Amino acid sequence: MVTRLSFAGVIARVFMWTFLLCLVVVVVYPLTWMVLNGFKTNAELFGNPFALPMQWGWENYSDAWNRGVSNYLTTSILVTVTSTIATVFISAWAAYGLTRVEIPFSRTWATIILGGLMLAPTVALVPLVKMFQGMGLYNTFWALLILYTAFRIPFTTFLIRAYMIDLPREVDEAAEVDGASRWTAFWRIILPMCRPIIISVVILHILFAWNEYLFAMVFTSGTDMQTLPVGLTSLMSKHGTDYPVVFAGMVIAALPVVILFFVCQRYFVKGLADGIGK
Amino acid sequence: MLLTQPSRPVEGATAAHPAVAPSRRAPKRFTARRLLAFGWILPAVVVLAVFVYLPLVQNLGFSTLEWDIYSGSQEFIGAENYQRLVADPIFWSSLGNNVLYAVVSLVFQVFGAIVLAAIIESIRHDRWRRGLRAVYFVPSAISLTVAGLLFYFIYEPNLGLLNHALDAVGLGALAQPWLGQESTAMMAIIVMSQWQGFGYSTLLFAVAIQRIPSELYEAAAIDGIGAVRRFFTITLPLVREMTGLMIIVTIAGAFQVFNEVMVMTTGGPNNSTQVLGTWLYRNGFVRNDFGYAAAIATVIFVITLAIALVQLWINRRRRVEW
Repeated sequence: MVTRLSFAGVIARVFMWTFLLCLVVVVVYPLTWMVLNGFKTNAELFGNPFALPMQWGWENYSDAWNRGVSNYLTTSILVTVTSTIATVFISAWAAYGLTRVEIPFSRTWATIILGGLMLAPTVALVPLVKMFQGMGLYNTFWALLILYTAFRIPFTTFLIRAYMIDLPREVDEAAEVDGASRWTAFWRIILPMCRPIIISVVILHILFAWNEYLFAMVFTSGTDMQTLPVGLTSLMSKHGTDYPVVFAGMVIAALPVVILFFVCQRYFVKGLADGIGK
Repeated sequence: MLLTQPSRPVEGATAAHPAVAPSRRAPKRFTARRLLAFGWILPAVVVLAVFVYLPLVQNLGFSTLEWDIYSGSQEFIGAENYQRLVADPIFWSSLGNNVLYAVVSLVFQVFGAIVLAAIIESIRHDRWRRGLRAVYFVPSAISLTVAGLLFYFIYEPNLGLLNHALDAVGLGALAQPWLGQESTAMMAIIVMSQWQGFGYSTLLFAVAIQRIPSELYEAAAIDGIGAVRRFFTITLPLVREMTGLMIIVTIAGAFQVFNEVMVMTTGGPNNSTQVLGTWLYRNGFVRNDFGYAAAIATVIFVITLAIALVQLWINRRRRVEW
């Protein structure tokens, strides 16, 4: 099919690859610059931005680590892990209830749960602050756990539900014939069958929770409770012009999710194809 | 209000109450089963009712108050916050910035992403396809905060890459404080967010294009139909659904912008980069004018709801078409 290469075809090809590779440079070069700057001294940084660092030392990284990044990282990991578990289980239960259990007014419930997709976190911000202050949850770990779970249930349920709906009915009937309770059928049969979409949903939630900024900024303060995104901005404002340390902090914040994406890329794309393609 | 709903089946049982014992037991077991069935969706419904829907309703109420957070005084002032809103030039310029954001994002993150995804998927080597998709996605995996800080430094006049690069190619005259002047600041932020987000939508479109049967392309190629025409006659119509979804998601997202503006300019210089989200934050949490912030939130709510309803309407119409 591509054997008859015309002159115009060759030109088009050269054009296409030039474009694609330019785009790669536009993406990769700023990221490389960020990593390199994490190794420079302040003088080098202000000297020539294109130059390589004179010495490859980890001082900026250990500096960043000791100036709060270790705390931010701990909080980020804690909030991300717990909210992922809470969101995925609550959503998987809901998806199971909406697709495979007879519930009165089930369409209404589906609308209520999935309708949350349309609501922006910004809209609820002022009342939520009031509410969490009243409950004594302001500036606690619980605030972020609850908010990250509540606002992601609609999207997560939406994806799992789209996948569950297409699982064959016979599976449930077979389980019922074997005398399995609903609970057993869910844990032993349906949930394992949903593995591809569960993996995608977990990755998507981790990306969200790790990077979320609005709630983290409004609901937490101080080094102990801040997550990485908010912590980075305070690192920036607190330490004036010691920019290499900020760059080191940025790399520490970005690295875990980039690695996660590359390791899980195959599952991620497949799950998205199965879930969103519907 | 929502929480009382699950008890409905019990009402059904009490209707059977005066009957004799055996017939009474039957609906009761039925009820227990039904109640158990609610257990599956109950956690999701409760969490959403308390932390998503209730605040939404409360917000409407708050927007009618004059609320001083320090003295704790609350006074009902009706639509006065909304009247202030209409007369507030920064509210309108914020709204304009959100619209600009939406338009640019539609061009690059929807239509640009479809073209890019089609180009990537036309490459024959699987390794290249996967590699390019992954590299373009990396900015979306790192947070808007990291990307925003990175571009803050790229735009920085003294050490920034951009001005130095312009200098290096002899365009030093174009160097300027990109984030520090009203004329360029908003565009500089939007450019950053395109850089951060295009890989994500490209990945989604690539997934949609993969689902198109390859026979269609092969048949078209045999008929001697060129790549550009194949794009318009096969690819574009068959990813229509994903396109519709992405248009909605992109517009809705553009009205919720917050993170990148907060990190790069906090709305300055001279409020030229304020968007609805940051203007809400500034009024509510810096000036402690909760009522006014709630009024801005209502505007965001109305806009996002309208976008969602348009999507529902389009979906329904399409179903009828088929």
